Amino acid sequence: MSERRDASSNRRGPGGPMGHGMGAPAEKPKNFRATFHKLLQYLGTHRITILIVLILAVFSATFSILGPKVLGWGMTKLVEGLMAWQIGTGLLTDFDYIRNCVFGLLALYLISALCSYLQNFVMSKVSMKVTYQLRKELSEKMNRLPLKYFDRKTHGEVLSRITNDVDTVSLTLNQSLTQIITAITTLLGTLVMMLSISWLMTVVTFLILPISGGLIGLVMKKSQKHFINQQKYLGQLNGQIEEIYSGHNVVQMFNSEKAELEKFKGTNDELYHSAWMSQFLSGMLMPIISFVSNLGYVMICILGGYLAVKKVIAVGDVQAFIQYMRSFTQPISQIANISNTLQSTMAAAERVFEFLDEEEESPETDHPVSVDTVKGQVDFQQVRFGYTEEKIVIKDFSCQIKPGQSVAIVGPTGAGKTTIVKLLMRFYDLNSGSILVDGVNIEDYTRGDLRSMFGMVLQDTWLYHATIMENLKYGSFEASDEEVIRAAKAAHCDEFIRALPDGYQMVLNEEASNISQGQKQLLTIARTILHNPKILILDEATSSVDTRTEVLIQSAMDRLMESRTSFVIAHRLSTIKNADLILVMQEGDIVEQGNHDELLAKNGVYAALYQSQFSEGD
Amino acid sequence: MLKLMKYLKPYSLLIFVAISLLFVQAQCDLALPDYMSEIINDGILSGNSNEVIKNGVFMLAVSLISAASSFVIGYLAAKVAAGTSRDLRVSVFGKVEGFSNAEFDRFATSSLITRTTNDITQIQTIIVMVVRLGIYAPIIGVGGIVHAYAKSQSLSWIIALGVLTLVCVILLIFLLVVPKFKMVQGLIDKLNLVVRENLDGMLVIRAFNTQKFEENRFDQTNQTLTKTNLFINIITSSMMPTMMLILNLITLAVFWFGAQAVSAFNLNIGDMMAYMQYVMQIMMAFLMLSMMFIMIPRASVSADRISEVLESEPAVKERDCVIPLTDVKGRLEFHHVDFGYPGAEELVLHDISFTAYPGQTTAFIGATGSGKSTIINLIPRFYDVTSGSITLDGIDIREVSLHELRSHLGLVPQRANLFTGTIRSNIAYGEVSLTEEEMQKSARIAQAMEFISSKEDGFDTHIAQSGSNLSGGQKQRLSIARALSKRAPVYLFDDCFSALDFKTDAALRAALKQETGQSAILMVAQRISTIMHAEQIIVLDNGRIVGRGTHNELMKTCQVYEEIALSQLSKEELT
Repeated sequence: MSERRDASSNRRGPGGPMGHGMGAPAEKPKNFRATFHKLLQYLGTHRITILIVLILAVFSATFSILGPKVLGWGMTKLVEGLMAWQIGTGLLTDFDYIRNCVFGLLALYLISALCSYLQNFVMSKVSMKVTYQLRKELSEKMNRLPLKYFDRKTHGEVLSRITNDVDTVSLTLNQSLTQIITAITTLLGTLVMMLSISWLMTVVTFLILPISGGLIGLVMKKSQKHFINQQKYLGQLNGQIEEIYSGHNVVQMFNSEKAELEKFKGTNDELYHSAWMSQFLSGMLMPIISFVSNLGYVMICILGGYLAVKKVIAVGDVQAFIQYMRSFTQPISQIANISNTLQSTMAAAERVFEFLDEEEESPETDHPVSVDTVKGQVDFQQVRFGYTEEKIVIKDFSCQIKPGQSVAIVGPTGAGKTTIVKLLMRFYDLNSGSILVDGVNIEDYTRGDLRSMFGMVLQDTWLYHATIMENLKYGSFEASDEEVIRAAKAAHCDEFIRALPDGYQMVLNEEASNISQGQKQLLTIARTILHNPKILILDEATSSVDTRTEVLIQSAMDRLMESRTSFVIAHRLSTIKNADLILVMQEGDIVEQGNHDELLAKNGVYAALYQSQFSEGD
Repeated sequence: MLKLMKYLKPYSLLIFVAISLLFVQAQCDLALPDYMSEIINDGILSGNSNEVIKNGVFMLAVSLISAASSFVIGYLAAKVAAGTSRDLRVSVFGKVEGFSNAEFDRFATSSLITRTTNDITQIQTIIVMVVRLGIYAPIIGVGGIVHAYAKSQSLSWIIALGVLTLVCVILLIFLLVVPKFKMVQGLIDKLNLVVRENLDGMLVIRAFNTQKFEENRFDQTNQTLTKTNLFINIITSSMMPTMMLILNLITLAVFWFGAQAVSAFNLNIGDMMAYMQYVMQIMMAFLMLSMMFIMIPRASVSADRISEVLESEPAVKERDCVIPLTDVKGRLEFHHVDFGYPGAEELVLHDISFTAYPGQTTAFIGATGSGKSTIINLIPRFYDVTSGSITLDGIDIREVSLHELRSHLGLVPQRANLFTGTIRSNIAYGEVSLTEEEMQKSARIAQAMEFISSKEDGFDTHIAQSGSNLSGGQKQRLSIARALSKRAPVYLFDDCFSALDFKTDAALRAALKQETGQSAILMVAQRISTIMHAEQIIVLDNGRIVGRGTHNELMKTCQVYEEIALSQLSKEELT
């Protein structure tokens, strides 16, 4: 659990504006261009739709830019009328003209809003389609990757690609893309309008821009450091809290509450310092922007007023210009924001594409051998294997198992007892050597066929969030309810299942914690019985199962093993003693093989293990 | 939410200054349109450029004051918010440290963690919001209306209409979207669940060839999620254009009706322009306020979760006057102890009585859920007994201070909780005065020497959070060494041997016997071989003692014990 949380929190930081305030540093992708290109390819199928969206965005922006200008005309007419009346040369107000202005504006605003709605609607659809597609591909990819991949990555990392990273990409597609177009159009359009009113006033406006830009840059630069620190200390503090809370009994036992509180206060103070600094600095951006914009406003008021007095420009135009100037700063800060979002989106997209580009399992054989008549003979021939190239764990292993024989795999915890099993089912490919089932190299079966021969009952009982019936039918979906119940009876499940609230229809909760560990194990045995495999793989470890259930599990497992080739990760002495072949594992390698008496006579690792288990301990 | 108000108290002066400055800032911002109106009326229309410049200079000064106030407010808000959240975190953390297991069970550890981190961050955010916007927006809203009304009464209905439309639209969007937000959260959880199940069960899925089935399961949720998200996206993305449209239409209305008022000499043109700006300011204020109201319910949930923690009193408390413990021998006795978890109806321990003697090992065995670990947890008072009593050297453990009681107990919990630091800092945890020799001795007894010396940095090897860079067995051995460093008269081993292989298990027990001498050892185990040689074995079944004695005695007299033994070992090994 904790690793999952780490993986996602490291990447994203805690939610809320505290971590994402203005001026917060964005995560950068390794290769912006390549990722961007890939993303474009993904959007390629929606090319036309996106083009329409862009055109709509341009329309929407253009129409709303025209607004102030038209309003300015009306205003000028109003003032002119007023002045004409004052000096007694004309009508009071040309209401027809003003009415036209108002209706024109009404049309402009409505069309602009309509374009906006349409554009958002279409873009939402496109981005959702792409998101859906990405998620689907990721989930399918997950099943095609070799298990090796998941040895290197935590579950949290994979999980956060499918949910968080895709979400980030989706959000950007949905908003930022059209925002960029709108911002650029607005910027250019506003500029044209401003120039058309007065080049002098435009120049003055542009004198102010560098001040604003410079100040913002300065604050951003200062605040970056504090934002990074804040993230750092927040991470540290979270780590401390998690550790102390989950180990609180130890803290209390060792009377370390005070010491831990002091340690906590230390980190907490560091966090406080960087938190308020970054909060303050990012909070400064707004007043700076509004002050500079006010500054411009005042200057234009003065200059515009002066020019209007001198009758160089119309009053309505001053009013329009002020509006343009106000809306001029908005797209600039928007573009700055978007470039930040774009960076982190590309970083997220990069992770998604990285996952999609991962090397998949080696391709299946072209001429698969049928598995229908398999008896269950297994040969290991000079098998050499390592989870990584550098660290070979199984060096040179050969043995033959006849149909119906049982193999016990023994060794201390962490000796790699499941490795053999994983090789047998081709979860990993060998470095060299070969494994044959009924004389056929397992690489000459399809993976699906090969695996369908095996039945697996592991200590880590995997069940999913569905009814018991569905869980039992897992892998044998076409089985009838009667068959399921027969299998459940064979696995001693039927009785307890019937005692559960909804019997076979009871839904297992997310952690499958509404039934006991032992019951879960019995269910997986029943599932395997229903599957009716040719070769069995069992893990006997039944820690955390109560005695009576354990007896049931053993008896069910024994029944399962009858007349089947079986590989047992053995813990029970009786299993080990009765096995046709014992494989003794140590540090990943098979160090001894033979039956019980042979190995005892050898007086090697097995003998030592056997004795330590039941000796006096002195 | 109000319960946390007292945490703002130390900052009341800062808050007072901030509020005063907010009034200043709001007044300045509201004054700007007035000056503009003057420029138009007295300047432009009268052709007086001096008036233009004079009012311009005023405007500049006013906006400078506004910016300066805003600066200071930002500074104060940041201080108040970050300071309050710092204080809250310390309070919550300190409180949680004192919690007994009953509170941890009630809240769940993961929830306590989020309450200390995310929930408090939430509060910090809302404080900044309230200080900066929550107070500013109403001032501007009210001030704007007053100013606008002063300019023209006849246009007031436009403002009323605008505000009403705005509020309605926002309300409508919320009614449409908020339930969907909850749905999306549920769907994302579901998607996560499927992916997590796929990752956890990868071996099983591939073994059963059910990849297609899993992909379908994912796809179903993915489709619903996509549909719901599409709906939300369309609604929320239409919010901005709608707001713009309302603002534009309101401006247009002011212009049209204002123009008529101007022509009727009820309004002068400068005032009309100022009026337009007021309308903007008022609408913006309402927009900000409604945004705030979205934040507040979330923050208030967080605040409630925090106060819940702060108001909980640990179930295990110290007496006001405690008996000091001196020269503890380690005789631990249970007298007719019953125990039920707080709030649960059923007892998990019934009438437990036994004595653990110094120099002896007392072992507990039984099925899962039989109450073995519960007995261990009662001794350091992680829980208090429901009835009966526990005594240490004849003194009821509730009569002594928690600190003293715990300093006489060496516990190795089921899960080896290590802390970030080094191997050294973990073995010497809580024992600052531990010498190098003593530490090495502890490590030796715990059979940890071998792997420690194989590390490049030996005892100074870095330990990652929760000891994630060590194997289960290694963590367990360090946890044992840590307990041994206490040189306690009573040791409690809570099923900590199952992570060790048989060989290490045996060697450790042998060393333990030799080194712990006169201490009393209480041990919970799963494996018969671990406890076979204990002086006293207590067999538990469903919270009751069903047998006690040595291994050989129990094999004859106790059926439950025999069953457990036979399930693990064959007949010949048991004799």
